[in-house]
Amino acid sequence: MKAWDAIIIGGGHNGLVNACYLQRAGLDVLVVEKNDWVGGAATSRELTPGFLYSNCSYVCSLFRPEIMRDLELPRFGLQVISYEGGAVFTRDGDYLANYRDHDAHRREFARFSKRDAEAYDGYARDVTRQCRFIQPLLMRTAPDPTSLKPRDLGELLYLGKKFAGLSAEEMALTLRFWTMSISEFLDEYFETDVIKANFALSGIIGTALGPMSPGTAYVLLHHYMGEVDGSVGAWGYARGGMGAVTKALAASFKASGGAIRTGAEVDHVLVSRGKAKGVVLAGGEEIYGKLVVSNADVKRTFLKLVEEKELPDIFLRRVKNFKIRGSSGKVNIALDSLPEFPALPKDSPVYRGDMHFTDSMERMERAYDDWKAGRWSSDPFLDMVIPTTLDPTMAPPGKHFMSCFVQYAPPKVNGRDWTDADRDGFAESVIAQISEYSPGFRDRIVHMEVRTPREIEAEVGLTEGNIFQGELTFDQLLFNRPVPGYAQYRSPVGGLYMCGSSTHPGGGVMGAPGRNAAAEILRDLAKSTSHMSPAHDVI
Amino acid sequence: MAQATRKKPVANTANAAVSARIVAQGHFRTLRLGTPFQPRLDALAKTQDWYNWAGYRAPHSLWDEELEYFAIRSQAALFDISPMTKYRIEGPDAEALLNRVTLRDVTKLKPGRVHYTAWCDDEGFVLDDGTLFRLSPTRFRLCSQERHLPWLLDSAIGFDVIVQEETEAVAGLALQGPTSFAVLRDAGFAGVEKLKVFDLADFPHDGGTVSISRTGFTGDLGYELFVPADKSLSLWDRLMTAGELRGIRAIGYTALNRARLEAGLIVANADFTTAEHAIRADRLRRPDEIGLGFMIDPEKGHFNGRRAILEARAKRKLRHVLVGLEIEGNIPAEHAIVYYKKSQEVGLVSAAMWSPMAKRNIAIASLERPYGDTLVEDLWVEIYAMRELQYQKLMKRAKVVARPFIKLDRRTANPPADF
Repeated sequence: MKAWDAIIIGGGHNGLVNACYLQRAGLDVLVVEKNDWVGGAATSRELTPGFLYSNCSYVCSLFRPEIMRDLELPRFGLQVISYEGGAVFTRDGDYLANYRDHDAHRREFARFSKRDAEAYDGYARDVTRQCRFIQPLLMRTAPDPTSLKPRDLGELLYLGKKFAGLSAEEMALTLRFWTMSISEFLDEYFETDVIKANFALSGIIGTALGPMSPGTAYVLLHHYMGEVDGSVGAWGYARGGMGAVTKALAASFKASGGAIRTGAEVDHVLVSRGKAKGVVLAGGEEIYGKLVVSNADVKRTFLKLVEEKELPDIFLRRVKNFKIRGSSGKVNIALDSLPEFPALPKDSPVYRGDMHFTDSMERMERAYDDWKAGRWSSDPFLDMVIPTTLDPTMAPPGKHFMSCFVQYAPPKVNGRDWTDADRDGFAESVIAQISEYSPGFRDRIVHMEVRTPREIEAEVGLTEGNIFQGELTFDQLLFNRPVPGYAQYRSPVGGLYMCGSSTHPGGGVMGAPGRNAAAEILRDLAKSTSHMSPAHDVI
Repeated sequence: MAQATRKKPVANTANAAVSARIVAQGHFRTLRLGTPFQPRLDALAKTQDWYNWAGYRAPHSLWDEELEYFAIRSQAALFDISPMTKYRIEGPDAEALLNRVTLRDVTKLKPGRVHYTAWCDDEGFVLDDGTLFRLSPTRFRLCSQERHLPWLLDSAIGFDVIVQEETEAVAGLALQGPTSFAVLRDAGFAGVEKLKVFDLADFPHDGGTVSISRTGFTGDLGYELFVPADKSLSLWDRLMTAGELRGIRAIGYTALNRARLEAGLIVANADFTTAEHAIRADRLRRPDEIGLGFMIDPEKGHFNGRRAILEARAKRKLRHVLVGLEIEGNIPAEHAIVYYKKSQEVGLVSAAMWSPMAKRNIAIASLERPYGDTLVEDLWVEIYAMRELQYQKLMKRAKVVARPFIKLDRRTANPPADF
């Protein structure tokens, strides 16, 4: 029976990136995907005729341009379009907008506070400095600090030198940034609540923490270190929805000779004498491979797909304790016309950006309180976009697709599983909030897809529906991600690798974990990595 | 106690504040604002050559950038400086606050005087340079390129002083050139002849006042006028009418920039990077590294950055020096690399031109010490001159020379000459 050179479990963006690089290195690679479509959390599906949804992830910035280039993704249809800005609606009938134009941005902030308007440059400088420190680390395997291997020592030295290259002030800032709450971090720069709320949202997205929880400042950084074609920190829409990313990856993979099997759920990894030999599908079919790479999160991989007896107990305990808490949901809405927001002028560029309704730190923290109590937020935090204002491919002319990222949603409701009634209640909290700012909103709804952590886990396979495959707190980053001693994409089982967002450098549609894992695998196979671009220079 | 410009929420004023905020929403439709003088500039803008000056639509040139330069040197040139950032700093502790935050000794700045100064962060890195106008014993105006409100407000904690941003409320004009005094006198500003360099006085205008100082950015005889925005057009017309027989012309920034280079003056974020905007930590500069060491008064007591500045001096930690260069030939060396012995890279030219007044090829450059400081021999610049799609690479000798590159007696003559 055929033994593939590599079997990738899961056709998400990282699994496909990994598969592409391995296939292009000359390996014979098979991707097995449980759904009838590929994409994982980067999919565009037509659930109602004429409308494409970005079902999970919905905006793009982190996806590494080096990978887009290596894998020729533009040739396979990937296009990312920067969007125009955004706003937080305020409860007094106004809004605070973010504009791309530097001076318009300042004047907008000055409507609320002249002081804070002028504080923005210093804030942007500090955040940019931190991004420049982290960016080069994204495309490198994190060093093992306990290892004496020359390569680990070299990488540690690289990290140390980068850190030592910082001024005393920057070092202090770096440590603060990696450990502080986003609320306290913003207090260093701004005084106006709505301005802080405007920035804080990037610190809590996808995270089961509130803006006042330590560690959330780093999450903000994670959302700033991407780019759209060199414009660092910018976010854009993938034309055709986020499925365009994985569609292009799958096409690139197939063009280089790779094979994909959809509708093929892996039941478990075949392990013999401590070494992975292949996978067994849910139907019992065995597929053999010289190595197995899991795109699934670390919990799903090691608590569901590998028998416990194959794993060292400390590893197992750490996997069990890895924080991968469900905190968010998603409501995708097909609209028969563009919603109106009376507070927003009709010609505002904000329609072509991200919109929010949480105008104070207090409200954001209260929304988190509901999560702690095991409820979805009654006054949720929404990150809402209407990609069809810039992308004509997702809905018929004049009609729109609206994506609402919703936080907080607990993995269990009051300790029990989500029910359909809960799901409807969750959706209602979202529609009610939007309707407060957009009268008549309900009447425009043609169709809706509501995804609580239950649906996200069941369909995408993300444990608890956590979008990052594990929280981006400092204790779970770099050489601690996902588990100390196993941060270099290898696992205790020989020939079984990890390539998902549970690994360094973490979540978001970035592709870096998949790429870095491929580099480690090729290293183990003593194969060339000359087809993999190094990280772009940060000058 | 420091008072911010923020409103304290009281029910009615809160509603008024919200309404005012909502009324201001529409600014997104105009990304580049006009200044209060825009109707006059628009009428004269034959080249339609605009640039973005701090969010304002400002002219690079209005009709001919070279002739605009000669208007500065031969007649009188009118340049709109309204986009310059302006802060009103007022109160019993205004002098103490400014003495604390800026480099020079503000107690020596008498009411009715202006000085060119700079200010630093706690590490002694330059945040900006600018001009400080002492309008009265307790009232100052600080003008600068960049914005500093949070820093000023934070610094003002513990001082009895109000800090208010007044960029939009106050319009400004620079009137520069040999006939500028005659224009002001003929416009009826009685007593303007008494103003010596860096003097300042209020004059009646259109039912209000205009403050006129004998200052400028050209190294020539010249004045700067500040007026409430609603009196700005009448001031413009008053000057243009009076100046008609004295050759007055409105000009854009390109001409002014040439004049300032001849005067050896530096521009923030052109000749050095301001500390609040420097992404790369090695781009930060101490005053001694950009030719502003003369401002530092170690005897005046504590001021922002004092410890770091003095320590850098004592421990010889100053790594850069800003110098004037005279370069052989006549090809401007803008952004050329400076070499020692034609091979070792030691710095960069930040501004350069052929000077019509000095008839020399001049430049401002930042060099790594000791080059330009104790080692001034054998310096060269490599000029890449693009000519019809080919670089003509020139290696030209550069000599460190004192700034200003030109010294005009008429700038300081008292009384000012009546051309």
